This record gives sequence, structure tokens and C-alpha cells, in this order.
Amino acid sequence: MSRPNFGIPKGLLVTLKNIIRHPVTVQYPDERLVISRRARGTDIIWNKNTCIACRACERACPTKAISIDVSRGEDKKLKVDRFQIDFGTCIACGLCVESCPVEDALYMSYSYERAVYRREDLISSDDELLPGEGKQPSGYAHPEVEKTLTLQTLLLDKDREDSQ
Amino acid sequence: MRSFINYPPAPPDWPGGYWWHWLVFTLIIIAFVMTMALIFIWYERRLVGRFQSRLGPNRAGPFGFFQPVADAIKILTKEDIITSRGDRVIFWIAPIVGFVSVVMIFAVVPFWEGAVLVDLDAGLLFVLAMGVIPSIGIFMAGWASNNKYALIGAIREVALLISYEIPMGLALVGVILMANSLSLEGIVQAQEIPFFVLQPLGFFVFLVASLAEINRTPFDLIEADSEIVAGYNIEYSGAKFAVLYLTEYVEALAASVLLSTLFLGGWRGPILPPVIWFLIKVMAMFTLIVWIRSTLPRLRIDQMMSFNWKFLLPLALINLAVVTLVVFSSLPGWVAFISGSLVLIIYLALWSVIFRRGGKFVQT
Repeated sequence: MSRPNFGIPKGLLVTLKNIIRHPVTVQYPDERLVISRRARGTDIIWNKNTCIACRACERACPTKAISIDVSRGEDKKLKVDRFQIDFGTCIACGLCVESCPVEDALYMSYSYERAVYRREDLISSDDELLPGEGKQPSGYAHPEVEKTLTLQTLLLDKDREDSQ
Repeated sequence: MRSFINYPPAPPDWPGGYWWHWLVFTLIIIAFVMTMALIFIWYERRLVGRFQSRLGPNRAGPFGFFQPVADAIKILTKEDIITSRGDRVIFWIAPIVGFVSVVMIFAVVPFWEGAVLVDLDAGLLFVLAMGVIPSIGIFMAGWASNNKYALIGAIREVALLISYEIPMGLALVGVILMANSLSLEGIVQAQEIPFFVLQPLGFFVFLVASLAEINRTPFDLIEADSEIVAGYNIEYSGAKFAVLYLTEYVEALAASVLLSTLFLGGWRGPILPPVIWFLIKVMAMFTLIVWIRSTLPRLRIDQMMSFNWKFLLPLALINLAVVTLVVFSSLPGWVAFISGSLVLIIYLALWSVIFRRGGKFVQT
């Protein structure tokens, strides 16, 4: 003889508690989760002034998304004529950032909204790779950037710029 | 010859004769049914969302209120397909049979004192009869689709109907005994104390049986999405599907209306106008139905049958015995309440032990 089973009232109580709870869903375009500032997002930020045109990132790229045109200037130094990344083939692996010998030339960004209407719009070059609004360097592979970022624990806060 | 209809049932200050009454109340009932069905569709989706800790549709209009309208427009503009070997005539008639008969239930439901289309002497019999016909519509739909899943759903519906009609009828007998009337108006008049207090057993039995009759979730195995895809309405599309879909919600509305009329005292209530009380009770009953839907999983057909014959039918008979005892020995109301609740609790506890994992017949 086993004890009486109260599974159904228990279940009813569980669903009733959900009514009082705040919904867990995020109304995406209106509110968004604060994601990690250390994430490998879908953007790459390139600093034109500190790049030494060594093409290490181009060689490191497993999908050949990066293409760089390099020429020697009058002072015999290498300079970049064109730095182009096709984000249609970029897999956001971060190997280019890791392979970069210069400390502050190449960063991942933590932004993740890269939907466009045409594939050609995904190819960005030179000045389009500068940091901008909603496109800030992430702490990935850059300890000096990581130090300046706020501490993040739970990434569930909605609609807030800084989550502590 | 004495007529079954007590006319004129109109309120005394109503202008015109019987036909005006008939016209106005028919329009009111159709408007009420359609509006409430749309509101129920919206309300159920929002409420199930909240029960599952999400928001539900909230994009179309304020609070997503126009979502059912958008859905209706989408469904009505879809292509209307009939299976090549299906029975075309029955395929066409089936949704209409279900919808019309379920709307006819509202003809005998009082919205107010005297505000009823026809106050039938045999109102409850009429309700029982009309409540069964949608199942015929569903069986016709399943049969005419010429699809194995549709046919399985339709046959399940018939099996469900045959078994659950019995405890439902027995629960109604309890109501009739206590109210001493078959007319819904008379039953509401008799409820000085709502019947769900006087016979909690009967309320429970009627609630479960009507859940099965309207194919709500613990018993929705006639359209079980995960096994027979959508059951009887698998081949339906376009406007015919819209009517079938609407019929489900009108059935839910009918169940809520009957529950609130027979057990919650219908339009009776203090302070607020009777119609408001009626609507509040209907919404409360529908909320209960949605709550059960969002919590309980679906039963298998054999579980459902054993649940009916081994659990619900004895309970209905016990309820009948308790109510008979209370009525014929004219015991006070609290005796009925306490005895009914005690029996319910003991019975539920006992059966939850006996029915655990199908007794000793299921191997783990």
C-alpha cells in the first residue's frame, strides 16, 4: 500500500506560480539581454593607425574572409592599401585577433546584430571597421581591454547598458 | 395540448410579441457567441502563455487583442482543399453540423432573470441532446476526410462521447433533484446557495466530464498533435477549418456557461448587474479549464476509458446517492457540503493509490 498521490494538485500549483512570476521571455526588438562584453561577436574592429601590415590575420583566417592589399611606402615601410573582411564567410572564431602581433590593432566586438538585405553589404573594408556606436571592442584576447570592462555575472538583465 | 415552451417568456416590459423577442435574442445570442469565442481564443493564448511563464501573443493591437482577428483573416484567405477521395458532401456539412448544434445550446441559457430565448421545460434534456451533436459533426469530419488519422480521431471521439455522457448525465440528475426543475431558469432560481457548494462531487464530475466532451487537454486525444497529427481536422483548411476551430471554442464557452449556470448560480449575485455576474462566472470557469489544460498532460485512450468507467462513473453514482439522501431527508446545506467534500477527498486519495501506474498491470 503506497501513500496517496498528489501529483495533480502539485502540478496545478506549479503552473499557478508561473502567473505571479515575471515572464522569462525577452521581447527582442524592444528589449534585449545584456550580453557578455568579453564575447566574440560578429564584428571585427581594425585600427588603421597601429596596423603594421604583416598579414598575419589574413593567414590565420580559416575561411579566407580577410583580404589585405599591402604596398611599400616611400619610407620603405609597409602600409595597408585596403583591409577587407567578408562577414558572410567570417565564422567569428577570433583567430585573427589572437594572431595579431600588435597590441591594439585588431579587436573582436561584442555586437551580434549583423542582418543585412544583400550579401555584398556584409563585406566591409577600411573605415567601416572602425569602432562606432554599438560596436565596441570586446575583451576577447585583449586583457588590457578586459580590465576596463564592468564585471558581469548574470547576463539576464534586460534593457540595461551596464549589468553588474 | 400543453406546450413544452412557456411563452411568452419575454420580460413584462418588453415591446412587441414573441417574434420580436425571438429575433432580438437570436441576434444577441449569435453576437454573444461569436464575440466570446474570439475573446476566448485571445484569452486562452494569453493565459496559457502566462501559465508557461511567457507572454503570449502581444503584437497585434493592444495586448495582442486583435490576434484572433488576424488569424481569422489568415485562415479565411487560405486555399480550400478537399481530399480527392473524400466524401465531399459530408466534408462540407460536418463543420456546420457541429457549429450550429453547439450554438443552439445557448437558446435555453438565461443571461438575466427572464432574459432567455426559450425557457424550455426540458431545458437540460435539450442541452444534453445538443451537446452530443457536435460529436456527430466531428465523426462526419473524420469519416469524410478519407484519412487514417482523421478516422482514428473520429472513432476516439465517439468512444469518448459514449463513456463520458454517462457520468455527465448522472451529475445533471443530481442538479435536477436539488433544483426540482429541468429548466435552466428554474435551476438558477433554485440556487439560493450555489450548487457547487451543495454538491461539490457533482461539480467535479460535471467539470471533468465536460472537459472530455469538449475535448480539452487532459482528454484532447481526438486531435492529439503528437500521435495523430490533428485528428479529425487534419484534412481541413480555409474557412471550413476556421469553423471547426471556432466550434471548439464555442464548445468551451458552452461548457463554461453550463458550469456557471448549473453549479455557480448563473446570473445570481449581489450588487453587480446579473449579466456582469454571469460573465464573471463564465470567465472564471474558462480560466479553470485553461489552468487544467496548461498543467495536465494528455491521457492515452485506455487510461481515459479506465478513468471514466472505474473512477468517474462510481463517483457520479456516489454523488447521486449523497444528493438523494440530502434532498429527501431535507438535511441542511452544510451537511451536504461537508459530506460531499469528505467523500470527494477520500475518494480522490483512495483512487490515486489504486491507479498509480495502472495498478500492478504496468511493468516499469
